[in-house]
Order: sequence, then structure tokens, then C-alpha cells
Amino acid sequence: MRRIALGAHSRIALALVAALAVSACANKNKNGLPDNASELGLGGAGGAGGYGRGNAAPGTAQDFTVNVGDRIFFDTDSSSIRADAQQTLTRQAQWLNQYPNYSITVEGHADERGTREYNIALGARRAAATRDYLAQQGVPSNRMRTISYGKERPVAVCDDISCWSQNRRAVTVLNGAGS
Amino acid sequence: MMKTCKTLAAAVLMATGGALVAASPALAVIELDVTKGNVQPLPIAIGDFQSRDGIGAKISAVVTADLKRSGLFAPIDPAAFIQKDLSPDATPNFADWTVINAQALVSGRVSPEADGRLRVEFRLWDTFAGQQLDGQQFYANPENWRRVAHIIADAIYERLTGEKGYFDTRVVYVDETGSKSQRVKRLAIMDQDGANVRYLTKGGDLVLTPRFSPNRQEVTYMSFGNAEPRVYLLQLETGQREVVGNFPGMTFSPRFSPDGQKVIMSLQQEANSNIYAMDLRSRATTRLTNTAAIDTSPCYSPDGQRIVFESDRGGRPQLYVMNADGSGQTRISFGDGSYSTPVWSPRGDLIAFTKQSGGQFQIGVMRPDGSGERILTSGFHNEGPTWAPNGRVLMFFRDAQGSGGPQLYSIDLTGRNEQKIGTPSYASDPAWSPSLE
Repeated sequence: MRRIALGAHSRIALALVAALAVSACANKNKNGLPDNASELGLGGAGGAGGYGRGNAAPGTAQDFTVNVGDRIFFDTDSSSIRADAQQTLTRQAQWLNQYPNYSITVEGHADERGTREYNIALGARRAAATRDYLAQQGVPSNRMRTISYGKERPVAVCDDISCWSQNRRAVTVLNGAGS
Repeated sequence: MMKTCKTLAAAVLMATGGALVAASPALAVIELDVTKGNVQPLPIAIGDFQSRDGIGAKISAVVTADLKRSGLFAPIDPAAFIQKDLSPDATPNFADWTVINAQALVSGRVSPEADGRLRVEFRLWDTFAGQQLDGQQFYANPENWRRVAHIIADAIYERLTGEKGYFDTRVVYVDETGSKSQRVKRLAIMDQDGANVRYLTKGGDLVLTPRFSPNRQEVTYMSFGNAEPRVYLLQLETGQREVVGNFPGMTFSPRFSPDGQKVIMSLQQEANSNIYAMDLRSRATTRLTNTAAIDTSPCYSPDGQRIVFESDRGGRPQLYVMNADGSGQTRISFGDGSYSTPVWSPRGDLIAFTKQSGGQFQIGVMRPDGSGERILTSGFHNEGPTWAPNGRVLMFFRDAQGSGGPQLYSIDLTGRNEQKIGTPSYASDPAWSPSLE
């Protein structure tokens, strides 16, 4: 059975609950799970989860997660920033430049269809590519650190591609409480 | 004339073994040729070791289970035994054993010593030749009875196959509990048959890929501590832990050199990972690869002269071999798919790996020059082989599709005799200990 679990160790767990609730709603109307941020409800007007733009105060972690989108997705074994991910990262950079008190950790993740050591390195490569893209968009490097979790922290746990595509991701986690 | 007593190095077993008989090695009639692909298991009768309190039967049961699990022996059901008064003091009635087709016979006894230790003795007989093949005795603290049983099983295995046994060994692995998205991982250590599980970490930090040092006293592994994930070293005796090296980034995928002097590992630098060796005494580090790619899973050849590793420098992950100084990097895997987690056999003749091909995860072996590739098992997810110290058996972890988590399996080099290793919860990343010489 398809099951969606909560994201790992995040200060924005509450917002994630809402975000994933959105994606769960979306699933009911689709054959496969969405595999990009906007379809997950992370990039656009949230609404259904109860954390739409109206509910998340600007500059809060909820605002970032729900209205900006805290994660991007990758193709298998790839660390190239896809077009949909570029849009999300551009929004992230704008937001981070607007709220400069936040520092961030970019978490790189891989799906389960790889071996452990390679996936650790692949997650690191994805985190680095994400950070580099944000840096190109003007986010100072000294506000960003990266970490790789390899395949150790999937958000979607099933044994088919609908989950794997969600687990190949980079998540931008806010560290400093900015406002 | 007694054989020289051999001292078992581990302090737990204060034992000396000595031959119980005086013969020069008998000419064995029975002989198991384990070099062929299709081995007919040897019928063997293992009588309950005589004892006053049932410990003898427990030792016999462990010996029987070890030999049976190897796939090379077919222990005979004791219900079929004709001679019931089997004693290590008397020559067996061989006709009673040949008639039930027991080609080999084991008898033994456990007796308490005045100092509280156990004296465990056994004899191994060739029933058709009517000869004793082996006889030894050991002294051990009662709590180490399982270890004595494994040592006896090793002796029997070695005498009948001509190859070193691997039963008196341990496995360090990662114990997994909790949901898949919030998995709690602990380092655990157990006997190779799954007994005596002990946890080495508490589960607060994510831990991965433990590997034994050659003297079995240390484990190197990757841990996500408070800050950057790093390679650590754990002293099994004291529980003392330390970070290996002072690298400017994440280190992972560690493994000891065969002499135990170095740890080889990957260092993440920006988008790339490269392989470094660190001398544990001088703390000097040597960079061995330098590519804009992922180079990881390094493993030394048993003579320490070469290193096999995986790299995606050519696109997909493939296996490469280089000299220990980093020179002469040569790709060795060319099959359809990608290859990773290479491990060099303790015998030096083969490299085991995980292969991804056609949506399947396979465990296979190839020669160090890349020739002779053979797939031993294939399925939804098989990963991370580790060699038994005699180079005949591999252990790995399997995550069956739809299962809640991974479990440990062993498989013979022939690809036959797959066995599940029971563990208290899900288990992954096994690493087999070397044997004690």
C-alpha cells in the first residue's frame, strides 16, 4: 500500500504535515503521485491543507514551506536542476534574499534504488548543485550548508516509482529563526 | 605424542586444545571436494556430547547447525542412530554407522573441571575406513560453550573439506527499527549464526557501513553525529569512539587495510567524492583518486597491494582497480548495468559486488581482472556482500519488495545454499569478521 510518512527531523514538521496532506489529497485524483513541488502543493497556493497564503505569516517557516516550496526533485541518478526545480529555487532565493536572517541547510536525498555508499555521495552532489543554484541567485554562500542523507530518510515509503521520484530530492531547511 | 597446544587468542576462551590421539594424520577415505560446483552434502552423524546437565546436547546442536548451514554436510537424524552408547573413550561400532550411511561420525563429552571451567573433547571418525580423523579437547568458561561448539565445527569442517572453517566468527551489522522514513539504526554485533546479539550504539545517531579491523578489536563506520557525518573508529573492548582524521568535509564508506594500519574512505568535496587513505598512527592522509565523479566503496586486496572501488566517472557506477598508491586506475566491470560495493575475497581470487541490471539488484562475483562474472542471486533488492574469512560464503542484505525492511542472508560461492540469518529486527550492512589465526 502507498503510504506517506512525515519528513525527517525538521523544525517545520507542522508545515510539512500540512504540505503532505495536500499531496495526499492530490493522490486521490491521480493515478501516480505528483513528482514536482507545485503538484505537491508546496509551490503554489496551498489551500487544501489549511496553510494557504492567508494562514502562513510572511517570513515564517510555514510561509517558506507552503508558499515558496522547500524541496525540488531530481531524475534517477541525476543531480541536474530540472526546469520545474529552477522555478522553485528561484522563488526560494527571492524569499531568502527578502528574509536575510535565515541560514539554511540543504539536505540532499536519494531514492532507495541505489547502493548505500553511492547514494550518500549522490545526495551530497544534489545538495551541492542546489546550493550552487541558490548562490547564483544571490543567496550568500555563508548562509548555506549542505548535508547528505543518501537513501536513509525517504519521505514516501512504497516500493515503486511513485515513491522513488519523491525521495530523489533536495530540501531547503531553515535554520535561523528570522522573524 | 601430543600436538602442540594451540592457544586461542581471545581471552574469553582460556583454553588449550590438544590432540586426543597420537596418530599422524590418517589417510582419509572420505573427502569432500568443495571446488566443484555441485557438492553432494556429506552424511555425518553427530552424537550428543556426553554431559551431566544437558550442555553436551546443546554443544552438539550448535555443531550440527553450523555444519548443516554450510550446505556441505547432511547431518543424520539421531533417531536413526543404532549405537546409543557413543563415547569418546571407545572406538565406535563402525558397522552401526556405515549401515545408516554415516560417512563421518562425531562423538564428544563435556566434563566440569575443579576450577569451574568445562573440559570439552571430541573425536571425528571416518566410519568406512574405521579410523579417527581428529580429536581435540578444549577448556573454557561455561558461558563460552557456544564458542567451543563453533571451534569444534570449524575443526570438523577443515578436516573434511581441506578448507578453513568460518564458524568461530562474528558479524557486525546495522540493526534497524522504526518506520522506513524515521529508521533508527544501531550498530550490532553477533556470532555468524545470529546468536549473542549485542548493540554497540544506542540509536541516537544514524550509523552506516560498519567494518571490522583485521584483529577484530575495532570497527570503523560512518555516523551522523551532531555536525558533519564522519567516519568513526570504535574500540570493541572499551567502547571508546573517535573521529577518523580531520577532513574538511563528510567522510564515508570506510574500510581497514589488511595490516590494520590504515583506514581507506571517501571524502566529499563539493559535488565529488574521492578516495583517501589515512595512516592511523601517523595520521598522514594520502589522496588516491582525483576525478570530477563519485569514487567510493574502496576495498584493499588481501595483500594490500591493490584497491578495488566504484566510480561513476564513466557515467554509471562501475568497478575499478588501482594500485595502493592510486596509480594505474583501470575499469574492470563492463557488463550490462551498474556495479557497486566491491569487496575483495580474503583469498584474493574474486571480487564480490552489487549489480543493478534490468531493475534487479544482484550479488555477483568476478575475477580481479573483470573476467568470469557470475551472478549468485538476483531480486528486487540485494546489496552489500561481505566475505566469510575462508572466501567460500558471502553474506548480504535483502529488502524484498513490499517487505518492511532488510534482512541478512548468506549464500555459497556456487550460488546455492541461500540461508537467512535470523536477527531480532531488520538488519543491513553486514561485515563478516576475519578469523582469528
